[in-house]
Order: sequence, then C-alpha cells, then structure tokens
Amino acid sequence: MEAASIPETPAGVPPRNRAAQWVGENILWVLLGAGLVVFFVQDPKQTLDDVKTGLSNGTIWALIALGYTLVYGIIELINFAHGEVFMIGSFVSVSIWGTLGATDQTGLGAVVGAIIVGLVIAMICTGALNAMIERVAYRPLRNAPKLAPLITAIGMSFILQNVGLLWRPTPDSAPDLIGSQADYFSIFGVPIEHSDVFAVIITVPLLVALVWFVGGTRHGKAMRATAQDPDAARLMGIDVDRTISLTFVLGGLLAGAAGMIYALYNGTIQFNQGFTAGLIAFTAAVMGGIGNLKGAVVGGLIIGVIQSISDTHYGQVWTPAVVFAILILVMVFRPQGLFGEETREG
Amino acid sequence: MSTAVASLRTNAANVRRLLPNWVWALVFIVLAILYPTIINAMVSAPDDLLDASIQTLAYVIMALGLNIVVGFAGLLDLGYVAFYAIGAFVVGWLGSQQFADVNGGNGIHVLVPGQGLSGPTPGIHINFFFVIFIAATFTALWGVILGAPTLRLRGDYLAIVTLAFGEIVPRVFENSTSGIFGIGSTDFSNGRQGITPIDKINLPWSNTPFSSLDLEKYYYVGLAMLVLVIFFNIRLRDSRLGRAWIAVREDEVAAAAMGVNLVRTKLWAYAIGAALGGFAGVFLGSVNNTVNVDQFEFGLSVFILCMVIIGGMGNIWGVILGAVVLSMMNRFGLPKLNGVPEKFGLDFDVTSVNFGIFGFFLLVMMVLRPEGFIPSGRRKLELREAEIDEADHIGAESDRQVYEVRQA
Repeated sequence: MEAASIPETPAGVPPRNRAAQWVGENILWVLLGAGLVVFFVQDPKQTLDDVKTGLSNGTIWALIALGYTLVYGIIELINFAHGEVFMIGSFVSVSIWGTLGATDQTGLGAVVGAIIVGLVIAMICTGALNAMIERVAYRPLRNAPKLAPLITAIGMSFILQNVGLLWRPTPDSAPDLIGSQADYFSIFGVPIEHSDVFAVIITVPLLVALVWFVGGTRHGKAMRATAQDPDAARLMGIDVDRTISLTFVLGGLLAGAAGMIYALYNGTIQFNQGFTAGLIAFTAAVMGGIGNLKGAVVGGLIIGVIQSISDTHYGQVWTPAVVFAILILVMVFRPQGLFGEETREG
Repeated sequence: MSTAVASLRTNAANVRRLLPNWVWALVFIVLAILYPTIINAMVSAPDDLLDASIQTLAYVIMALGLNIVVGFAGLLDLGYVAFYAIGAFVVGWLGSQQFADVNGGNGIHVLVPGQGLSGPTPGIHINFFFVIFIAATFTALWGVILGAPTLRLRGDYLAIVTLAFGEIVPRVFENSTSGIFGIGSTDFSNGRQGITPIDKINLPWSNTPFSSLDLEKYYYVGLAMLVLVIFFNIRLRDSRLGRAWIAVREDEVAAAAMGVNLVRTKLWAYAIGAALGGFAGVFLGSVNNTVNVDQFEFGLSVFILCMVIIGGMGNIWGVILGAVVLSMMNRFGLPKLNGVPEKFGLDFDVTSVNFGIFGFFLLVMMVLRPEGFIPSGRRKLELREAEIDEADHIGAESDRQVYEVRQA
C-alpha cells in the first residue's frame, strides 16, 4: 500500500492533500472498512458471528487463492482450471473415506486417521493433476501470445468439470466426520463450531509450511528467482521448467487440502463447486495483489467475511453477484491489489 | 501435414477464383434457401435436422458478433452470454404476458393479433421484427455500459472482468422478481421458471402467427437475419471502423499514435458485438418459446468463443464454418452418439458432457493450430510474429541447450 503510493506523491505536497490522496487511492478498502463498522454498530453479535464464519470459510478461499497467486507470480497465467483441481480434491477425499468406511459413527482415533489419509491422498492427487495440466495445456504454449494459454486453461477446466460430472452426476454428501455443526465454545456469545476450528487447524500448518518452503529452501529460492526474471534464472543454472512444474505441484497440494476441508466444512460436494470457488478465490488473489502470498491469504479472509455479511444482509442469492462486482471493482480500479505492486495490466 | 494443408489451400483458392465473389455469394444463398427442400427430399426425419439448423443460424449470428469483439478488435470477452441474455429478456418483456398489468390489463399491441379468446391479451406485445431492432439497440447500450469500465484493462484481466459481467447479468435477472435491487416491485423474470410462453413470430402485414410446427418459416426468418448480419459484418470489416479495430488489435500504441480514437473504437466493438448477441437472443427466445436464466451459463460463452477460435478468429467465413460445425454437432451430432458409451460398458449420455468435449477441442486447437481452420491471413501473421518476438521468453525450447549450465 505504502510502497505503491510513495513514488506518486511529490515531495512538497501538504499533508492534508496527502491524506485525501491516500483515501482516494484506497477508496475500496475505506468503503469496506466503513461498511463493516456500520454493520457492527447495527448488530454487534450478528456481525461478530458473520466475521467468524467468514474467517473460517475464508481459510478455504485463501488456500485456493494461493494456488492462483503462485502460478500467476511465476508465469503470469490465470490457471483457470485451478477451481476444478480443488473440486477433484473434494471428490478424492470423499471417495477415500467411502473406501475406508469412515462415517460419523467412527471413533475419534480412527476419524483422525481417516482425515489424515484423505488429506494426504487428496493432496497427492491434486498436486500431480495440476502438474499434469501444466505439462499438457500450458507448456506447449510458453511462446504463444498470452491469451492462448488462458484459452487452453478454460478448455482444461471444462474437461475436468465434466470428469467430475461423470464421477458424481448429482450432489453428494460427505460423511460428517468432525460433527461440524457442534459448538466447541463461545467467545463474546459467538459460538465457535467444530468446523471453524477444523478449518483453522488444517490451514495454519499448511500456510507455515508454504512460507517456509518458498522463503527458506533452495527450491523456494529458485521459484522466487524464476518469478523475478526467468531468463536470468536460467543463466544462473535454475531449471526453469522444473521450477514451474514445482509451483504447479505446490498450488495443487493446497487446492487438494482446500477440497478436503470444503467437503467436511460444507458437507456436500458437487461437480460444479470448483467454478464458483475458483472465481471467488481468484477474486481473493486479485484483492490481495496477485503474485503476493500474504495478499492471497488476507484477500481470502476478506472475501470470506464479505460473503457471510452479504449472506446475512442481502440474502444468499445476491452473494455471488456481490463477489463478482467486487472482482470487477478491484480489477478496474486497483489492479495491483492490497499488497501488490503495479502490474503490467494496471 | 502442413504441406497437405498448404496444397489444399492453394486448390481451394484456385477453385474460388473460377467465379467472381458475388456469384459464390449467390450460390450459397440459393443453396441455403433450397436447404429445407433438399433435406425434406433426402432425410427421413427432416424436422430434427431443421430444428438444429434453426438454432445454428442463431449461433452463427452470435459467433459473428463475438468475432467482432474478439477477432476484429482483439478484446477477449468471456461474458458474451450476458448480451444473449439481455436480448432474450427484451423479447420476454415485449412479447409475452409478463407485464400483465400494463394499460389496465388490456395490454399494448403493435402489429400483432391482439385479441385472445376472451378479449385483448394482457401484457406488452410488439411485433418480432420491431423487437429484434429494439433489443439490438438496448443490448448495444449495455455493451457500452459494460465495456466502458474495462477499457483500461488488457489481456487476461479484461477476460476475467467480462466473465464476471457474464455471471452477474443472469443473476440479476434471476433475482429481479420484485423490482431490481429492491427498487420497485415489478417482476422482471419469474425467477428460475423464466418467462414463457413467448409470442410466436408474425409478419408485420399478416395477422396470423407462425405455427410452432412450421419450422421452415422460422428457418427463413433466421436465414434472412443471418444474411443481413453477414452483409453488415463484411461492410464493417472493410470500413474505416473495421480497419481501426484491426489496428488496435495489432498495436494499441501505434494505432493511437496514428490518430485512432481508442475509446471510441473499442466501445463500438463492444456495442456492435453486443447488438448481434441481442439480435440472436430475441430469435432464440422466440424459437425456444421460453426465456430462462438456466440458458445463460458460462459454458455458453465458452461454446461461442470455441466457434470463433476453431473457425479462425477474425475471418468471417471461418467463424461461420466453426459455428455451423459446432452447433450442428451439439444439437444434432452428439445426441446420435448417446448410445456409444453404453457399448463400452459406461453409463452416461454424450450430450451431458458436451461442454467437456468442446473444451477438449479448444485445448487441442489452441495447441496444434491456434489460427483456426480458416485463418485470417493477418491474424495468422500476428500469431506467428508473437512467436518470433517472444522466442526468448521463458522456457523456449530453442534456446534451452545454450543456457544449460546446470551442475551435473
């Protein structure tokens, strides 16, 4: 935010103007914050409950958004099929539980085991799937105009969606392994449900691991170098193709985890969940500044809160339209997002 | 393969040169006019085929409209279905009993048979041939409204914003059962049920509407609309505006430097593209006899984009070919294949995965032959030029060996 505004501010501008300019540049965030305050004053308990639901739901969007942002950061491509990878993650984990025979009657130890097995297998499948998508649909088009891979991405997304359609033609229910509606405890009268705790417990270690991987390992360094300048990275001896594949694997792993959480959190899965979820998560990634990991997480949480508040105040039928309207507003007026720097698109 | 294609193309060009262009146009028009008679004589169940052909005519119009935005002006629009939706809802409003209360329940009638069995039919009823132009104007206006905020965006951001518009528009219709955004209390859409029935088409000078069994008449109306649209497209392509679109597509900065007004040029592309979407929307709404939010899904936007890309972006004849092939396959070909998966022990209908099949075409086409079946010469050069320009972009196969300095 500050980084983006500094170069545009001439040295001699009086502070009052600078404040006005800041408001002008951050009008979207100012409006969102003001909206939250207004709703809070009107009905504090309901709003706190919405914020809680939004934050725990937002962790799922954050995990998916990270996949978009990782890929966009490295090859400037909107991986349109990412939402479908998330959907496949849900499907795989539910199938695993079906095979293991895990139901809501299963004992605690077995449930923990089933969840871990489901999580790991779903993540492996989606990681491999995402890498395969890159190999088939994007790598042959590295030299083509930028829109070509976007179009193949859409094609890929439709193929996967129809695979999902053949797999489970009708909405299916996931076993309620975590007793998701039951309350754990309450803070300020806001009940915290099992599902909220569950989403946070799975998400936080993954985020920590991701930050460590990107920031603290050789491979992460290679990813950052490739994102900065692929040619220079290649000159430094980095295998760019392999690094890009690795990025897709990482994005796929997170999408698989998100799919597993979504299945237990919502209780129902269907073949077209990936399309909407993908768009919502993409909105989150853009909001946080695409290419920025921290931004994707914060964007996911913000979108989650906006959704739950919109659900309460405008009704669920309008929520998708609200999210898409925000997507348009952000892309048109602040394409660099909350933490991002000026993009080429801007 | 490329030599075979090249020789085929030379042969095709030679054949085309045998006769002047207007003769070819005449031949195709005569063939199109005789088409219902021909299939009547040759096919045992012509109604199926004719029904699919009527839908195809509308899809060709839409593909030509999208071609103006994507092919000529180079603005990737993933929300084209929005304009189809707006056009279809215009005929829903102006050609049905949706607004039953207008004029004290007596309805408004313009050149349509106004008397029902028990007095005048309520609702607004305007002759189809006026509605198509009203709808085209209205959708053009919406094309400008939705296009204006996207003018500063390029490439994939533009694509996503148009996609978002394409998702918002049907949802607004779906939820506008009691005014729009809570303003007013008129029911604009009947929610998910949609508006039905829609008035049958009747010629302005006649008082008898077409019977829904009389498919040939619908076919000729669609054909007349299509011929008008093709003529309009060709004239536009060669006009000052058309050349400006191509200039903007090739290089915005250079075009602006040559005095092309970018804002006006792009907005015209959106407006005209949208108008054709609305044009086709009215026709389809009337033919299908219902206007329903479920018709306007994202898949349809991609389906139409698929027609444009497979046929050859920017080439009018290519786009027509792509639209005819894909639409006929969707409406006529795939249902015939429904029994095939069963033979392999699989239990599903081919029609249910139609979008997956078209997605696959899109992918294969983009990887193997991005310029489409009948490429526009300029567009092809642009695609190739980009390849040469960006040869040093990431992961280029050609320079991989040179930079291979990894440790063993």
